[in-house]
Amino acid sequence: MLELTRLSKRFGGLAAVDSVSLVLEEGRIGALIGPNGAGKTTCFALISGFIRPDEGRVVFAGRDITGWPAHQVSREGLVRTFQIVQPFTGQSVLENIAVGAQRKRSRAAAIAFAAEVAARVGLGDQLDKPAESLPIAGRKRLELARALAAEPRLLLLDEVLAGLNPAEVAEVLPLIESIRAAGTTVLMIEHVMQAVMSLADDVWVLAHGSLIATGTPESVTRDPAVIEAYLGHGAAARLAGAT
Amino acid sequence: MHPPQSNRSVTGMASSIEDSAPPGRGSFSRSARSGQPAAVTHLLGGTMRSVRVLGAIGIVLALAPLVLHSDFQLTFVTLALYSTLLGAAWNILGGFGGQYSFGHAVFFGLGAYVAAMLQVHAGVPAWIGLVAGVAAGAAAGAALGAISFRYGLRGSYFALVTLAMAEVFRIVANSVPFTGAGVGMMIELRTGLADLQFESRRGYYYLALVLALVALAVGSWVRHSRFGAALAAVRDNEDAARALGIDATRVKVAATALSGTLMAAGGVFYLQYFHYIDPSLVFGPSVSVEALLGPIVGGLGTVLGPLIGAFALALVSQIATHLLGEAPALSMALYGLILIVMVTFLPRGIGGLGKLVRLRARRGRDA
Amino acid sequence: MIDGALIGAALWPALVNGLTMGAIYALIALGLTLIYGVLHIINFAHGSLLMVALYAVLVLFERLGLDPYAALVVLVPGMFALGYALQRFVINPARHGRDENTLLVTLGLSIVIENLASHFFKTDTRQIETAYTFMMVDVAGATIAMPRLLACVGALVSCLVLAVLMRYTDLGRAIRAVAREAQGARVVGIDVEHVFAMSFAIGLACLGAAACFLLPAYYVSPQVGHGFVLVAFTVVVLGGMGSFTGSLVGGLLVGVIESLGGLLLGESLGQIGVFVVFIAILLLRPSGLFGHKA
Repeated sequence: MLELTRLSKRFGGLAAVDSVSLVLEEGRIGALIGPNGAGKTTCFALISGFIRPDEGRVVFAGRDITGWPAHQVSREGLVRTFQIVQPFTGQSVLENIAVGAQRKRSRAAAIAFAAEVAARVGLGDQLDKPAESLPIAGRKRLELARALAAEPRLLLLDEVLAGLNPAEVAEVLPLIESIRAAGTTVLMIEHVMQAVMSLADDVWVLAHGSLIATGTPESVTRDPAVIEAYLGHGAAARLAGAT
Repeated sequence: MHPPQSNRSVTGMASSIEDSAPPGRGSFSRSARSGQPAAVTHLLGGTMRSVRVLGAIGIVLALAPLVLHSDFQLTFVTLALYSTLLGAAWNILGGFGGQYSFGHAVFFGLGAYVAAMLQVHAGVPAWIGLVAGVAAGAAAGAALGAISFRYGLRGSYFALVTLAMAEVFRIVANSVPFTGAGVGMMIELRTGLADLQFESRRGYYYLALVLALVALAVGSWVRHSRFGAALAAVRDNEDAARALGIDATRVKVAATALSGTLMAAGGVFYLQYFHYIDPSLVFGPSVSVEALLGPIVGGLGTVLGPLIGAFALALVSQIATHLLGEAPALSMALYGLILIVMVTFLPRGIGGLGKLVRLRARRGRDA
Repeated sequence: MIDGALIGAALWPALVNGLTMGAIYALIALGLTLIYGVLHIINFAHGSLLMVALYAVLVLFERLGLDPYAALVVLVPGMFALGYALQRFVINPARHGRDENTLLVTLGLSIVIENLASHFFKTDTRQIETAYTFMMVDVAGATIAMPRLLACVGALVSCLVLAVLMRYTDLGRAIRAVAREAQGARVVGIDVEHVFAMSFAIGLACLGAAACFLLPAYYVSPQVGHGFVLVAFTVVVLGGMGSFTGSLVGGLLVGVIESLGGLLLGESLGQIGVFVVFIAILLLRPSGLFGHKA
């Protein structure tokens, strides 16, 4: 479904994303993890056409989409969400979601479909609220609903769980699972390890712009290189000593 | 809280000014007819509500000459409608699109000059001048939009570039011979519907009314259409819009073209009404200011904002003239003051006033 | 058509004249760029406020016989105070977190000021006549009017004074800190609102100085600001928004472009050069010639 080949992006002298290659098969949930500043969000921006890569290729569903503008990538069925939620402020929840739904629909059909999607993500009783009046959990759901309304084949979720309390996280996890069950491939950036462990089929770990580990959630979290990347040099040893 | 339905539409007008606002009740309540959430029904009904309100306003204004006897009254409403046209044109791009142009005189002046040049140099009838002028406005809008937005101009930069464009056109019109240079252009007086000139003031009144209603109807279409939803999405969050497959540049260019088209019609009307144009009159900054002031006063990005703003400003300027005597500079100064006051205290315009009051009231009830 | 040889002969004086006017543009633009660099707002009323200052110089001269250059001691503090008050009580309250609002409010301000001026001073163009108005000086073969030369020198000295002020005083340091990182400056205890208002005040003080230097060499009318506001914006974008050196070089450049444009295209069409440069720069290189890419 998604294949990245030696994808690279430099800002000034700094390699934000350095030769990242990965393959995500259709119908799976992949997770891109790594410490802050590792280049995960830049990676998403490269895939979704918000930034042009310096080198490397992005192939989506068999089509080379490298360097395509963002709206065309989205129309192809690859839709992203934003880490910092980006609602259409001043518009209602329903209007927000309808924008996602109107790509292939008339305005009226988009509004009706948006209401369905809202119900699916648990915003069914908030349709007429201004988007900016929602609490953080609601905004995250809105971000998700808007992307879902665009009926993506591949959904890029950038930290949809960040800022949610454990109860809210527990509510959203089955939602993501249901998205996959409905046939959408998912690639997520996530810091909430509970989500990665329970949802992801494949995990890629990014540090300083490069992939340092790949595998199942279990194998990756046991990888000393990963622990060091997160907690600093020597952390794996210290951690082993402390327990 | 579930306020009764009647609360929402004391008059059809109030509900339509507010039509950007969601219905004031929980969307758990489902309308009996469709079985859809109330919020959905409300949003779907937007077009019909606007059509009804605009239709009602159209009928009232069409009948108004029966009671407006003096030329003075007729002229007052005619010029307010003309101002509505300019405001509605600007509102497409500035209100619904969030791109503030300070140089809408470009389209206005082009419309006026193209029509005047065709009439004077080629002797074509005025209605062809209107069509050509409007087409020129559309083309200029598309071109200006394409240049500006392709290069990623936003916010204040866009405002400044449009302003500079208007200056360029003013200087060119001032310098080349076929526009009559600084002397300007005078068109012949030749009355008749095809010539868009009339013996009685009523003729101009109805011409202004038709143009203003068309412009408001276009605004209403933008407000409730798929295109308008895309435009508002780009205005409210361009990145999010792009992520959902909206070609932001294209949408903004289209809005500029649409806006330029209507603005050019304003220029042609000006030409037919006053029979005379010169570079400062039609490309000068006061035209651009008049276009943006109405919607800002009446309510940015609302269907009726330009109408409310234009009539409110016309009224204020009448009162000012009455109190201060004939001092056009002072009433312009007053316009400037109104602009400052509106932006400072009522950024949603007069149209937003109702919403503010209602919000306060609801908050009071809830408390 | 203008004769080629004639243009050749006129080229050098036009260049010198352009440079002298350019120095004034630089000073005006310096005020604008300071306001932009610190507050990140575009002061659309900059031209009208210059007009206010010009009328103030005119009135002081006509009523009190105050020499325009001596008027500096009144105009600079006067415009400074006006600027402080405007930012604090008019412009800031209207912002509501949107840059466009500032643009609209300063537009409103310019409409108010210009029309009040039209009302009180009528629309005619006014000039002043001093003992040195018609003195001519020879600058490397180009004859220019004495007031122009003084204006040029005065503007350059003012720019220098401002640069020193910004570099070596506490206020200058605070302004630069706020310009770079307003939030951070707030955290370390700088009164950001005060610094904003001070920056605006200094920006207008530049206008006060510019007016004193300009009036003997120029004229004033209620619309005089129009010409200057877009020119000043052109200088600012040409030099890179917020850049001091950029404003100085940009000002001189625009003065020359305007002067040569007038020479080659004629008085009327010649003004177009500045606007074309303005539009081209904004489209092609919005960071200006000296600015860094955002």
